[in-house]
Amino acid sequence: MSEETSITPYPDGPILVRGEFELRTPGGEPIPCRRATVALCRCGLSNIKPFCDSTHKAAGFRTED
Amino acid sequence: MVSASTEPRRTVLCDSRGPLSDAVLRFSTGDGLDTSAQLPHLAREAVGVSRDLIRDDDVQLALFVLYASSYGSLDQLEADLEWDSGLIESRRVVEAAFEEALRARIPVPALPEPRADEVARSLFALTGAGDSSSLSRYFARQATIEQAREFLLQRSVYTLREADPHSWAIPRLRGRPKAALVEIQADEYGGGRPDRVHAEMFAGSMRAAGLDDAYGAYLDRVPAVTLASQNTMSLFGLNRRLVGAIVGHLAAFEMTSSIPNRLYGDGFRRLGFDEAVTDYFDEHVEADAVHEQIAGRDLAGSLAEDRPDLLPDIMFGAAACLAVDGWVAEHMLGCWSRGDSSLRSVPPRADAGDSAGDSAAVAEAARGEEADR
Repeated sequence: MSEETSITPYPDGPILVRGEFELRTPGGEPIPCRRATVALCRCGLSNIKPFCDSTHKAAGFRTED
Repeated sequence: MVSASTEPRRTVLCDSRGPLSDAVLRFSTGDGLDTSAQLPHLAREAVGVSRDLIRDDDVQLALFVLYASSYGSLDQLEADLEWDSGLIESRRVVEAAFEEALRARIPVPALPEPRADEVARSLFALTGAGDSSSLSRYFARQATIEQAREFLLQRSVYTLREADPHSWAIPRLRGRPKAALVEIQADEYGGGRPDRVHAEMFAGSMRAAGLDDAYGAYLDRVPAVTLASQNTMSLFGLNRRLVGAIVGHLAAFEMTSSIPNRLYGDGFRRLGFDEAVTDYFDEHVEADAVHEQIAGRDLAGSLAEDRPDLLPDIMFGAAACLAVDGWVAEHMLGCWSRGDSSLRSVPPRADAGDSAGDSAAVAEAARGEEADR
């Protein structure tokens, strides 16, 4: 089974990753993913990094798009 | 531990709250009323005399039961009566008045251009403008064990059937918005894992808190405004002309979920509850941070591009979610600030099991744990 992977930055928000992918820690350990589509933190403020927890909204994070 | 599958079928669904809910309940459950011919007349009377339809116990309970027949969420409702003409006509009478009441109180927000980017930005602005998380902030810091338990009861009306009201929109959409809605709903329904179905996770939280997870077990305890919140979703979901409204509702719902759910989880942890209760809330911090992006841009945004005529209803549905759920939160916070319960006080039902005792035991255990710290 192979599926195309897509990486989409959402304006003022996280990066959504769909398809087949594997997240790893800097040490190479796999990071468990509980869902097919994940949102990765882009603002640096999430409490559940690498995933997004919507903190960017309260922080007023803005992207240039 | 009480579970839905082993629970014997209750013969009595819930108490009626007036002439309309009484007649609807008796006819729908086959309890001593063998014709529905009078129901539309009773429905017109009930909405006619109602001073505040949103908080009218008789009307909201009747509408809740009429909709429950479509969901199949309550075993006591006769399946053969799902399309009974008297029940359907009554539902149309009540929901027309209910929709009018909602539209009278909830103005349609300023309309963005019907482009995905603008629509997503306006929805985020709309949902970020109000104080939608005052209940969750209170909950994180101050809620008592009793209030935490009340919170689960209040939420159970929707959350034990989480995602279902928005799923009615799936066959009514096509293309991009359909794919987006299914992407969200597939995650809501566990992505193929029964133990990750959000409604089942919430049922687990209820059991872990010593509560009965059978749908409708606490129906007698929830006030009209809580039923109105569920009825708003059913109204939007079950009428295909309102597909824009149910899409906007979902977008606003997802956009006001991630941060509050972290705070609810924090509140339960503060009270000494473990992962068996908090797993559901922690799951939603991550899940709804994904869903809100998809719902704003790929679902609501692309629907507005494909069907600009639906834009006013998309924005109305979002505003309605904020308004109605805001009324529920106001009710709960108002009661709690006066030291009252947010639930209706009714005598305990003989068939409601020993959940009250379980819950007291859990509360006691949690209190002990708190004292130990």
